[in-house]
Amino acid sequence: MIAAVPLPAGVGFWAATAMIVTVSITSTIGEVLTAAAMQSIGDLDAIRARSGLRGAIRAVLTCPLFFAGVTFLALAFFALLFALNHLDLSLAAPASASLTLVTNAIAAKLFLHENVDRRRWVAAVLVCIGVYLIAH
Amino acid sequence: MSHPRLKPSQYLILLLVALCAPLGDSCLSRGMSVLPPISVAHPLTLLHAVFTPWIAGGILLLIAFFGCYLTALSWADLTYVLPTTAFGYVLIALLGRFWLHEHISLARWAGILLITLGVGFVAQGPSLTEDKPGGRS
Repeated sequence: MIAAVPLPAGVGFWAATAMIVTVSITSTIGEVLTAAAMQSIGDLDAIRARSGLRGAIRAVLTCPLFFAGVTFLALAFFALLFALNHLDLSLAAPASASLTLVTNAIAAKLFLHENVDRRRWVAAVLVCIGVYLIAH
Repeated sequence: MSHPRLKPSQYLILLLVALCAPLGDSCLSRGMSVLPPISVAHPLTLLHAVFTPWIAGGILLLIAFFGCYLTALSWADLTYVLPTTAFGYVLIALLGRFWLHEHISLARWAGILLITLGVGFVAQGPSLTEDKPGGRS
């Protein structure tokens, strides 16, 4: 997919791949840590019903995993900015977004022990190709 | 195995997740495009940009997205919530087609179809893995 798109002058195929993979990996780590944080906190709707919106916000802001997740999401944001500085928007944004969907499915199965059955794999691949087509 | 069914209010949260992110991005893009170029030498102009209506609206929408996204992750799997966020691309493309009468290429229609199929696949299954090792409450 990446090779099919002309790269800006001075950016090699492997450099472009490395930038996109860096965005996907940091984004995946951030998403998985954030999801793990929310799972450890529990149903936010129930917490809000019990202790109000302030209680729900306090539950999120006192969870260290949440801040680890947000840190990696911020790193992913800056990695995307860096990639956009060197690559075309029409390549960097859809390629990293679609690759992240697949790496997230793998990471969710490995680290969050989610039941990523055949239905979810098919969905991840369909959405991955769809995002690339729609955003490209 | 019983599949946890989502409540209508939880579907509403997922819809907000799908809508708020692309709408927020669009507001930021529109707000930044009407501003003069911002130089690194004058960072205060960036602060001024935050208080313009489109950019302030975009930031509020993105804050709403993050709140809804965190709420969804607290009762659904990451691999269930993520395709929903991608469905926002479909909603925005359809809004552009039928509201702003933008042209949508064949490749984009194919993308819309694939994302819709993917989200449909996931939505038919359980939203939460219940029997995780050391699982949640």
